[in-house]
Amino acid sequence: MTTDRPLPTAPVPDQEDHVDAPQPEHERPARRATDSEPDHAFGAPPAVRASGVSKTFGSRRSQVSALSEVDLTVAAGEFVALIGPSGCGKSTLMRLVADLETPSSGSLEVFGKPAARARADQDYGIAFQQAGLLPWRTVAANIALPLELHGAPRAERKQRVAELVELVGLGDFARSRPDQLSGGMQQRVAIARSLAERPRLLLMDEPFGALDEMTRERMQAELARISVETGAAVVFVTHSIPEAVFLADRVVVMSARPGRITDEIVTGIGRDVVRDEHLREDPAFFRKVTEVREALHAGPVSAAGAHER
Amino acid sequence: MTTTTTRPAPGRAGPASPAATERVGRVLAPIVVGVVGLAVWQFLVSVVEVSPYLLPGPREIGSELRDNAAAVREAFWITGTNAAIGLVFGTVVGIVLAGLAAWARVVDGMLAFVVASLAVVPIVALAPVLNSMYGADSEYGRRAIAAIAAFVPIYVNTVRGLRQTTPQHRDLMHSYAASGWQTFRALTLPSAAPHVITGIRVASSLAVISALVAEYFGGPRGGLGSFISTSAATSAYALAWAYVVAAIVLGLVAYVVTVAIERLVQWRLPTGGRS
Repeated sequence: MTTDRPLPTAPVPDQEDHVDAPQPEHERPARRATDSEPDHAFGAPPAVRASGVSKTFGSRRSQVSALSEVDLTVAAGEFVALIGPSGCGKSTLMRLVADLETPSSGSLEVFGKPAARARADQDYGIAFQQAGLLPWRTVAANIALPLELHGAPRAERKQRVAELVELVGLGDFARSRPDQLSGGMQQRVAIARSLAERPRLLLMDEPFGALDEMTRERMQAELARISVETGAAVVFVTHSIPEAVFLADRVVVMSARPGRITDEIVTGIGRDVVRDEHLREDPAFFRKVTEVREALHAGPVSAAGAHER
Repeated sequence: MTTTTTRPAPGRAGPASPAATERVGRVLAPIVVGVVGLAVWQFLVSVVEVSPYLLPGPREIGSELRDNAAAVREAFWITGTNAAIGLVFGTVVGIVLAGLAAWARVVDGMLAFVVASLAVVPIVALAPVLNSMYGADSEYGRRAIAAIAAFVPIYVNTVRGLRQTTPQHRDLMHSYAASGWQTFRALTLPSAAPHVITGIRVASSLAVISALVAEYFGGPRGGLGSFISTSAATSAYALAWAYVVAAIVLGLVAYVVTVAIERLVQWRLPTGGRS
């Protein structure tokens, strides 16, 4: 169902421009992606600042360490992908930021306040691997849910929902029920819902994990466009290396048992670069994919990987 | 009554549309079965001459119904009122206690044994006790029996329904910093509604049956069950059958009312989030 609906796309610049952008000198300064963010320049608090955060689950007898001594800063407006094997605690880290779990030790700030306060203030929007729509509500009513809970007046709600269904390309489906939509469309509704209150921070836990490859690539392009349009910081948990490189300013590589951050790779693909098919076929993109893969495996992957260099 | 609503639109060329045919079939089929059944019954009684002590004919039952219309109607109201009061009371108590049980595990633990006991108590055992408890001229015993019968399925289904929320939905409501009441209103209640409705549907027929059967075991004279047993005891078989017909009608009324409630909830809930 998704495939036959044209998706709104940002204008594609000249091919040359576009290839140039990600390609230049291999090492960009780490701050590159956030330089353009005025908030940051004036010392406004970063979207997320975690220092020495650990999380253990379980009873006293059988403790499982999910996260160990994690330090991570996400600047306002920055797109950070968390990648790592299953059980590396990347989802846990995101859930800590969302205040769905509380850290066992360490400090965690969201926009300079404790995570619980940021949740109470609704500073973030969240999307999970499953769309998690309420099946008895229409698409429009699902998107309106956070607005409704926080007492937005009806007229404002209606207007915002109309904007959002257009933003995610579901204008004709506002009155449909979730079970009438394909998986990709449901996930778009969930993303629209996470954007409903114009959060400055988006938390996404493998939102495209359950989608087929075609839909997935389309959704990635849409999310890239939306993140530019809204200027929100994004913490994006994923399994997929190309997805992480394609979307993010910075890829944070994690390893399991105990979950910790082992590497960070700045993709060097600016926010202004249009995320589309050309980028996916760009040699610079492949180089970064290889770099992330090697970081994940902590060392050169294979002869084939080495050849590409 | 059926032909006007279901006849295919006049002037339509060719055979009627499959949908229209199906609709006619759905209404006509049970009527045909009913008419044939009555015809065979009447045939057995008037032509084969089955003894009226064994099986009174439909015509006889019909005339008994007509002759005793006022008495049948009064009995219908007595039993119907008892069943309705029992159903409402059982529903309210069932839902409230289920809410408490879903809210605190302790309550669930405390109630589990009581509910399991109530579920296996036979009406036959309970009715004489309650009838003598409340006195021979009181309807309370019957109403209590209907309420107990209705309570069990409502409670069991509602408890299950209130536990239908998924961890992800709860996370979502938590991320919205929704209050307990907001979460209940926007998530828990709509998730539970289909289960509560199922409970009410089961309970409504149980309440009618229980109210009726309770009348066999003492209490004031009056009500369908009481008249069925006294008519049969005095060999007024056709009259007993007339009361049975009224009891069937009462059961059907209860069924139709619950279906209507179900439709209403299904229609209301999806629009719960008017935006």
